[in-house]
Amino acid sequence: MPMIKTEGLTYTYSIGTPFEKTAVNNVDLEIEEGTFSGIIGHTGSGKSTLIQHLNGLIKPTSGKVFIDGQDIWSKDVNIRDIRFKVGLVFQYPEYQIFEETVYKDIAFGPKNMGLPDDEIDRRVKETAELVGLRQEILYRSPFELSGGQKRRVAIAGVMAMEPKVLILDEPTAGLDPKGRDKILNQIKEYHRQKNTTVLLVSHSMEDVAKFADKILVMNKAQVFCYEDTPDVFKRADELTSIGLSVPQITRVFLELKKRGIDIRTDVYTTEFARKTILEYLENKGKRGGANA
Amino acid sequence: MLKDITIGQYFPGKSAVHKLDSRFKIMITGIFIGMLFSADGFIALGVGLVFLIMAFIISEIPFKLMLKSLKPIVPIIIFTSVLNIFFLDGAPLIKLGFIKITAEGLRTSAFMVIRIIALIMGSSLLTYTTSPITLTDAIERLLSPLKKVKLPVHELAMMMTIALRFIPTLIEETDKIISAQKARGADMESGSIFQRIKALTPILIPLFVSAFRRAEELAVAMECRCYQGGDGRTRLRQLKSDGKDYFALGLSIVFLNIVIALNCVLG
Repeated sequence: MPMIKTEGLTYTYSIGTPFEKTAVNNVDLEIEEGTFSGIIGHTGSGKSTLIQHLNGLIKPTSGKVFIDGQDIWSKDVNIRDIRFKVGLVFQYPEYQIFEETVYKDIAFGPKNMGLPDDEIDRRVKETAELVGLRQEILYRSPFELSGGQKRRVAIAGVMAMEPKVLILDEPTAGLDPKGRDKILNQIKEYHRQKNTTVLLVSHSMEDVAKFADKILVMNKAQVFCYEDTPDVFKRADELTSIGLSVPQITRVFLELKKRGIDIRTDVYTTEFARKTILEYLENKGKRGGANA
Repeated sequence: MLKDITIGQYFPGKSAVHKLDSRFKIMITGIFIGMLFSADGFIALGVGLVFLIMAFIISEIPFKLMLKSLKPIVPIIIFTSVLNIFFLDGAPLIKLGFIKITAEGLRTSAFMVIRIIALIMGSSLLTYTTSPITLTDAIERLLSPLKKVKLPVHELAMMMTIALRFIPTLIEETDKIISAQKARGADMESGSIFQRIKALTPILIPLFVSAFRRAEELAVAMECRCYQGGDGRTRLRQLKSDGKDYFALGLSIVFLNIVIALNCVLG
């Protein structure tokens, strides 16, 4: 049974005004438990709207959303329970911080779940460590922290609810490359430890390529494709044609191919690129040897 | 939820009402309010309503949107009508113990309700058909004679422009913060009043923080561009008036005169 499933999901903004716009159009999607999926697409392709449906913040205009086999809009489902099951980290999540101390802010979610104090304490300390916040920071005001640290506090606040599905909307926006890698690695680590289903919305193909097992490409309010990462990058040409940038390294290989070098183009990590080039050179050497 | 608030929301369009010079639109709205308040009887008030409905039809604003603008004042409408129905002296129509309903009461309350609705609809029509920026430009121009008495008209208009400009931004921001806190399980829909007020903290604090941040950023950005208001500053958008503006203004004055005349004749 898939963890997340949507059927004909459609959402239209501002119906009946000149601002009417269909943000998500007839999306059928199945995401298996424990996968780490990346979601990419242009600004306005419907990524953010789609993910807000998954924890019931937006009610679809038509269509259904199933979490763990449950229709989240059926009458016997309490939508708050769904929100504890599906944790959503918004863009620039540091703007939602409000408590006096970091500890209290991370504890906000678990507290709303009605957990006992010792369990809350365990979760706060565990997630704080996971996202790399030192113990002494926990008792300081979150407003004194740096931007990157605030971001970590906010992400920890959602992780501490230990949701079965963790959705992050551009968690690295506005961070420097070092902070970006660090946060993504921590998310990956959390995914590995808890076997959580993770959805990572990102603009950066590089990030998605590096961390996600599967990639969901959104284009013009619809799902363009949802496949394993290597398969998606086999379609690098199509991605470019809908105006998405493929990782820089893939572009190098596409260009090589275009210039008549017979080489595979589903390369999206530097590590794999190295291997591919070495393999190619070796084969060429052999062929070259045979010709001579 | 919050996106439904329509006060001060511009509804783009190309109708004749949209195209009117905003200075004239403000004056006409003033005259319209004058009509409503000078009307003594239903017939005179009806003339005001005809004027409103006319403007409303020309503006091509969807009726649903107009109704939406009335939503926030429903409590006020109920409050005034109840007060008027029960507490006005006169010959009682129905009497139940100490409660009595008089014909006067019913009449006055209907009159008041129509007047309030027309008032809100008329001013909503102004904001629906005029973008906030041109609206403040117009206010600045209309108030400019007051510069003579050292009133900082330009600064006031600038403050208004900024305030109006940030209403949608702050609404959007509030929406986002509410969503984010809901995603963390914040419960705002149930519990006692005290609990609900407490539940607002996670929304208000981030909202204030971001409002201060935005204010500071804006101030710095303006400073960086050497902003200096008032004298010697030229405008990007020039307000222009022509025949149709004077015609509309004239028409509204004619209507106001009809209302006053009706008061004299019938009163």
